[in-house]
Amino acid sequence: MSIPADLKYTKSHEWVRLEADGSVSVGISHHAQELLGDMVFVENPTVGRKLVAGEECAVVESVKAASDVYSPIAGEVVAANGDLEGAPETLNQDSYAAWMFKLKPANAADLDGLMDATAYAAHVASEAH
Amino acid sequence: MLIFEHAHPGRRAHAQAPYDAPAADDLPAELLRQNPPLLPETSELDVVRHYTRLSQKNFSIDTQFYPLGSCTMKYNPRACNSLAMLPQFLARHPLADVETGQGFLVSMYELQEMLKEVTGMAAVSMAPMAGAHGEFAGVAMIRAYHDARGDTARREIICPDAAHGTNPATASMCGYTVREIPTDRQGNVDLEALRAAVGPQTAGLMLTNPSTLGVFEQSIVEIQKIVHAAGGLSYYDGANLNAILGRVRPGDMGFDVIHMNLHKTFSTPHGGGGPGAGPVGVSERLKPFLPIPYVLEDRGFHRWAEEGDCPQSIGRLSTFGGNMGVLLRAWVYARMLGGQGMHRVAEFAALNANYLAAELKKAGFDLAFPERRASHEFIVTLKKLKDATGISAMDFAKRLLDYGFHAPTTYFPMLVPECLLIEPTETESRETLDAFVTAMVKVRDEAQLEPELVKGAPHTLPVRRLDDVKAARELDLTWKPV
Repeated sequence: MSIPADLKYTKSHEWVRLEADGSVSVGISHHAQELLGDMVFVENPTVGRKLVAGEECAVVESVKAASDVYSPIAGEVVAANGDLEGAPETLNQDSYAAWMFKLKPANAADLDGLMDATAYAAHVASEAH
Repeated sequence: MLIFEHAHPGRRAHAQAPYDAPAADDLPAELLRQNPPLLPETSELDVVRHYTRLSQKNFSIDTQFYPLGSCTMKYNPRACNSLAMLPQFLARHPLADVETGQGFLVSMYELQEMLKEVTGMAAVSMAPMAGAHGEFAGVAMIRAYHDARGDTARREIICPDAAHGTNPATASMCGYTVREIPTDRQGNVDLEALRAAVGPQTAGLMLTNPSTLGVFEQSIVEIQKIVHAAGGLSYYDGANLNAILGRVRPGDMGFDVIHMNLHKTFSTPHGGGGPGAGPVGVSERLKPFLPIPYVLEDRGFHRWAEEGDCPQSIGRLSTFGGNMGVLLRAWVYARMLGGQGMHRVAEFAALNANYLAAELKKAGFDLAFPERRASHEFIVTLKKLKDATGISAMDFAKRLLDYGFHAPTTYFPMLVPECLLIEPTETESRETLDAFVTAMVKVRDEAQLEPELVKGAPHTLPVRRLDDVKAARELDLTWKPV
């Protein structure tokens, strides 16, 4: 299982990357795409939408199920990856390159509340039934 | 091959008989079609062969064991079908006078009464024509109840994470926000999470019991107390009613509103997308909000309830009498079984599920909830097999088809990885269940010794493995774009 050390993670299996311009990119983890299987549909939030932490804001649908994607922190959507709609399989091929949307955080310190790679690995292990 | 591909211009259904259709030249010109309808032109023999061939390709309960968890694919007694097809029922026009339709209306009234009795609810309406339609009716009544009291701040419906997807979808369709609560390790609703979730914003809770995990909610009484104390109502999703039919009644469990899937529990054909029937039952306080149609009785005379009879009704949800053909089959089934027979439905559904679970466990399969008794279905997880061999639940399911068994439900509920949800129903014999165990063991052996054989399955069916990714990404729903 791949869990890059330079990213932050949520319990609901989103990954978060702090970009140089202060925005954060959000995607779903390698583990999440593996659980869901082949992706067939992606719906991203519209640019300009203001999100609170934990808000349902995107949908990924695989051959097995449709799942909500939650906003890891509060912020405003500043970009959505339109390429994914035409090629949802990118989420399976390289989940950490396939960012879904970018947020301008309401409060940059909120990132500190997310899990690091070690904590996320432990979280995934604890969920294995 | 589609019926359109058998078509040939000018071909007709009457073989060598001279074609002598009436010219219909007495119809007003403005009412005539300009273009003929897009229908396939085929001979009668081609039509017969085409549909017979299709029926032979079917994997169905009439030909194979069909342990599709959560779907209750039980055998539908032929009598239900043949009695519902009596010309006196079949040829009756829905607009015929109620005076001439008392036989049919009495049947429907009896069905309502029997459903009330077996579920412990105060009243039943037959209006909804499917399970999801019943859910909609149920939650719409919850909303109407709160609205009628001026209690309009209740905006949330609580659903456990194990719920069928239709539950949160229904709540959304009725204008509610969904709050999801987790399941504990034993497969029960997490009571602490429920306590934390309820409040003045709670309109209600939607619950399936036994749950989609195939276990009975052990704290159902406590759950009801928590929801009711917060001022919410509780909704019983009847998906798994088969497990408790005649044994435990949702009304006695304290539910305010329920729907029943007659096409599952009351043995009418399903699996082809309909038609279904999802009557709703309610407690006394929701009675005024019942949707129409339903049948009223007054001194031996039966008639349909109208808007005037129930001014607070959420309204008419189906034309005429709902899915009458399905309702009639359910009525025959209920009359045939009686109270004693219904009791046996639940008993044997539970016995078969627990026998099969025990045999599979003995054969070395991992049950998701080994310490719990199965209600009427249970979950096997193939996680270890997947980790060891790369064979997924999907591969496994496809290979079972080669052995003549319909695959169990796969990847539902999502809470359990690589799962098979297995529901044998009460209508299968011990020999069939044993044969299924043998096939399960065989496929597991193949997964270890000849994984490619399993990955390439099915090998013996008319259609090999479909590209379900392509099918989902490139929807192709019509023969030709019209």
